[in-house]
Amino acid sequence: MKPIRGEAFEADATIRGGAHVSQRHDSAHKHVTGEAVYIDDMVEPIGTLHGCLGLSTVANGAILSVDLDAVRAAPGVVGVLTAVDIPGENDISPTGRHDEPVFAETEVLFHGQPIFAVIAETRDAARRACLKAAITYEERPPVIDILDTADDPRLVTPPLTLARGDAAAALENAPHRLDGTMRIGGQDHFYLEGQIAMAIPGEDGDVQVFSSTQHPSEVQHMVAHVLGVPSNAVTVEVRRMGGGFGGKETQGNIFAAVAAVAAKRFGRAVKVRPDRDDDMVATGKRHDFLVDYDVGFDADGRIQGVDYTYAARCGYSSDLSGPVTDRALFHCDNAYYYPAVKAVSAPLFTNTVSNTAFRGFGGPQGVVACERVIEEIAYALGKDPLEVRRANFYGTDDRNVTPYYQTVEDNVIHRVVDELEASSDYQARRAEILAFNRESRIIKRGIALTPVKFGISFTATHFNQAGALVHVYTDGSVHLNHGGTEMGQGLFTKVAQIVAEEFQIDLDRVKITATTTGKVPNTSATAASSGTDLNGMAAQVAARTIKDRLIAFAADFYDVPAASIVFSANRVDVGGHPMTFAELVKEAYVARVQLSAAGFYKTPKIHWDRDKGTGRPFYYYAYGAACSEVSIDTLTGEYQVERTDILHDVGKSLNPALDLGQVEGGFIQGMGWLTTEELWWDGKGRLRTHAPSTYKIPLASDRPLIFNTRLAEWSENAERAVRRSKAVGEPPFMLAVSVLEALSMAVASTADYRICPRLDAPATPERVLMAIERLKAAGAA
Amino acid sequence: MTLSTRTHIRFRLNDRTVTLNTLRPTETLLDFLRLERRLTGTKEGCAEGDCGACTVLVGRLNRDGVLVYETVTSCIRFVASLDGCHVVTIEHLKGKDGTLHPVQQAMVDHHGSQCGFCTPGIVMALYALWMRDAQPSRSTIEKALQGNLCRCTGYEPIVRAAEAMAEISQATSDPLQAERDDVRCQLAEWQTAETVDMGEGADRLILPANIDDLAQSFAANPKATIVAGSTDVGLWVTKQMRPIGPLIFVKQVEGLDAIEETVDGIRIGTTASYTDASAILSETYPAMRAYFDRIGGDQVRNMGTIGGNVANGSPIGDTPPPLIALGATVTLNQAGTRRTMPLEAFFIDYGKQDRQPGEFVERIDVPKLRNNEIFAVYKISKRRDEDISALAGAFKLTIEADRITDARIAFGGIAATPKRARHVEAALIGRDWSIETIDAALPAFESDYQPLSDWRASSDYRMLTAKNLLRRFFLEQQGETASLKRFAAVEA
Repeated sequence: MKPIRGEAFEADATIRGGAHVSQRHDSAHKHVTGEAVYIDDMVEPIGTLHGCLGLSTVANGAILSVDLDAVRAAPGVVGVLTAVDIPGENDISPTGRHDEPVFAETEVLFHGQPIFAVIAETRDAARRACLKAAITYEERPPVIDILDTADDPRLVTPPLTLARGDAAAALENAPHRLDGTMRIGGQDHFYLEGQIAMAIPGEDGDVQVFSSTQHPSEVQHMVAHVLGVPSNAVTVEVRRMGGGFGGKETQGNIFAAVAAVAAKRFGRAVKVRPDRDDDMVATGKRHDFLVDYDVGFDADGRIQGVDYTYAARCGYSSDLSGPVTDRALFHCDNAYYYPAVKAVSAPLFTNTVSNTAFRGFGGPQGVVACERVIEEIAYALGKDPLEVRRANFYGTDDRNVTPYYQTVEDNVIHRVVDELEASSDYQARRAEILAFNRESRIIKRGIALTPVKFGISFTATHFNQAGALVHVYTDGSVHLNHGGTEMGQGLFTKVAQIVAEEFQIDLDRVKITATTTGKVPNTSATAASSGTDLNGMAAQVAARTIKDRLIAFAADFYDVPAASIVFSANRVDVGGHPMTFAELVKEAYVARVQLSAAGFYKTPKIHWDRDKGTGRPFYYYAYGAACSEVSIDTLTGEYQVERTDILHDVGKSLNPALDLGQVEGGFIQGMGWLTTEELWWDGKGRLRTHAPSTYKIPLASDRPLIFNTRLAEWSENAERAVRRSKAVGEPPFMLAVSVLEALSMAVASTADYRICPRLDAPATPERVLMAIERLKAAGAA
Repeated sequence: MTLSTRTHIRFRLNDRTVTLNTLRPTETLLDFLRLERRLTGTKEGCAEGDCGACTVLVGRLNRDGVLVYETVTSCIRFVASLDGCHVVTIEHLKGKDGTLHPVQQAMVDHHGSQCGFCTPGIVMALYALWMRDAQPSRSTIEKALQGNLCRCTGYEPIVRAAEAMAEISQATSDPLQAERDDVRCQLAEWQTAETVDMGEGADRLILPANIDDLAQSFAANPKATIVAGSTDVGLWVTKQMRPIGPLIFVKQVEGLDAIEETVDGIRIGTTASYTDASAILSETYPAMRAYFDRIGGDQVRNMGTIGGNVANGSPIGDTPPPLIALGATVTLNQAGTRRTMPLEAFFIDYGKQDRQPGEFVERIDVPKLRNNEIFAVYKISKRRDEDISALAGAFKLTIEADRITDARIAFGGIAATPKRARHVEAALIGRDWSIETIDAALPAFESDYQPLSDWRASSDYRMLTAKNLLRRFFLEQQGETASLKRFAAVEA
């Protein structure tokens, strides 16, 4: 449809696919037909080679000898690469700490650490050849568990302390006081598409890398660094990932680096796609934590002072452990005001894979421990935990300063929780469950309603910037590019909606294009839930720049006031003269108006002084709450989630359908983390749950039987974030804490709720049963 | 009878016939699709048959000559095993005019994809479901999705899509309806009593046509690896990269998958799939239904065989615990000579079974329950569905006048082999059928089993749960609710 000037413009009242409407994912058709191209599906250049990483078979030791002759001689092998073959630096540590080599040289520090790579004509040949390596080690006892670090607590990165008020005195003077410990397990990302990179050598020593990465700029920098070439010699591109969840923020670096080194060395395209087992063994995961807490409170359950130590298994290198463990502390308050607080982190070195970013980035671990403290207080006082939660919520006008001295200015947790309490019928169901548990001998039930408050922004302030590039072609079609990456979250769709809305053109006029460092430079990772906030704003800025030029042109050309030029529903009204968007664009082109613009955005208001532990690290907060009900079998510890109700705040939603998908999906992923997903290392430091046969993420049949998810439709971001929306990637993940606490209540019922059971995460059926057994033993004692 | 021998493999791939004159015996269907045919819609997520991203459909004429399509995980399915079949991939589903199939349209409408990588596999799983039940219940949908992992959506929109499939439209363009007669004729034409024998040495592959042919082939090549459903052997190739040739494929062997009711029980041919076997076993032993539903996902149940599960001698063994408790026997065949033994006798020790070179498991016979016998089987795993058991326990007791007159109890996952709990049985036999008897018998578990600790469970948990399963058995027989039923609440 192409309206002619002056007629039939009334047909479209609104554009199709503008902002704030539900719109399918831009690739949905391609997903369901199998036509969406992931890196492994790309047509390979002739002669493409395939790489396979040779991994350490011990967790800690000096490398005595590396004999790769049999590898080189294996069928199909073109060559092998070790540290000596790296032209630049043998280092891919993302924070510049120089503690993460591409290939181990003199020692290995975890089981699964890459030592060499085989490059062969086929992937199968590379994998088979890898097995022929003969490497000898002088083994040293590995430090695997957090508890193993007690004798030698080495830190991989400096710890953080948050302190406000006199926590020690508050604890001392509180009417009630208790302490405890909780273990919180890690989590594998289990993105369905594993890590992958394909590098194609170019002229002048250039290389193009297709990388399944959330952070193309970092891959670009790492590849340049490892090749010893300037960044302008490396272009990194990614159209889409088959899931990321933080696992492709830094963990894609090694595959890209090895592919690039091999591509330059052999002058052919090289693809590196690890087998799922190697992917799970050799790449980092969510940090597991051991949290100690000490809390003082009054008879109403109001916390007066609290002291936390968050010890984290970071693995053999720092990676992102600094900011991850920092964020655990940033969320040790969840939605609660602490009059006096001290929280310290301990980012511990272990001989395990280096842990990394994962949805929530330490925040979930902070929240889980905090919620445990609330539960402890509730059981100690014989109260409904929801009552204790409410007693401690941040206030709106007072009791609103965080442990890092940021004032909570946009608090909506009271409304969110009140509404959910009513809509989930929490009080009546809790009463029913208490009655049920009195009657039922074997099956017990539990219910919990838990809140989430999550800070939005990268805590490293300088990452809060983004760029976009928008071209308008002479037919009025738009080409959109920005620094964010698409991993399924629908970022591309949302940003395109923002641009469509800005130009008032149908969404299908906006072409979504692959992220590439060649179009938008120096980007931040698509992480910290910030993708839409940052890139959406940058794209909006770019679109507005072009729109402003069009307005200036039209005002001048038609001699009308700029204010009389209105863009609406695929047309532009120029002082009472309607025309199509394309017509205006064509006229502007003829008049030599630039129809391309780069947009840039940086988040205002934020700052953070880590040394002092003060500042405003977050632009705003996202809120939500979930109420979950579970049943457990006290003979076996098996359980099921009967019902979950969620109310979540995404501000003024840019796309309710996609936002709901993030909330539902985030919840289930969080539930997996806290229930069945268990990482299990053996005594030699070998991860034995390194495939879906042994590592159990949720299935369709693990969903809550009744699952009601709603967005808080009344919400608007108090800050001027893009179109008053809020970030949605990470916050819903922590809604799953409601499942853990509901399980805890069901367990506690076996001892008449007199004791808060210690229920570590993940609460596997075994942990549930053993918690019941401990209550039995305590009751008998 | 002398059989003719063929030296090529032939099958239909979407709308084309594929003939392969040379073939690596362990070539997987997934690699063939992606690397040879550039059909890249089918994805590799795990290469061990657990995530479902590689799900495709395989159509075959069943024992009654009916064309049936089943989901399989192409990552661990060998190409050679597809001889005479119809392979359908995601590329085949969309209409020629670009119209989405109702299953695909429902997924789009309900936002069932996010990253999209699991999506082709999910669409194929839902397509298989749609073919047999276009208006499925939630429990049916969940069962159809047991073999498919999605990490993004939390499944809710996928389930909504599955519920909406029927409302989209009649699938006038459904390829497998449009081509059905054509496909049936082609597959029927291919159903000739021929042995396939291709390649040399370790690259040799044999597809015997009938049981005698199989017996002779295996006796002549006792070092060959027998491949039935390849749900286990597939991983020897994709994960361990073990040389396992030559291969003898058995799923196509005529009559070897027969399931029949005999005078006193059920006779299950060794290559009967879980799917086919569970249908009749669940009728005969209703306690088996829920148990079978928790073995693998649909893809694995369609591929995996009862005989393969027994023959591979896993200490966990999905089917051995209930089959042993029921008193099943196993019949082996070596060059046509058969011998039969109680199933528990087949398992000698970890990785060691009573099977001679060139000898194969031919069938399992399971006696029916008598009126005074009660039976139950339970599985414990970290995740409810598609998980390997931490332990599984099966109980068959004979109760006469409130006394236990006989007991057969078998567990998997807590010893080197699936094994009977002889001490527990002894502690029960001759006593009252009462909780006192049960409680008194529990310590005997410690004489029967010394379970290990591993990533699935600790030794303590396994022992405690083994005991508690006996208590559960008693309580449930008394009518008490002592296990969780996922759909009792919403579908009752």
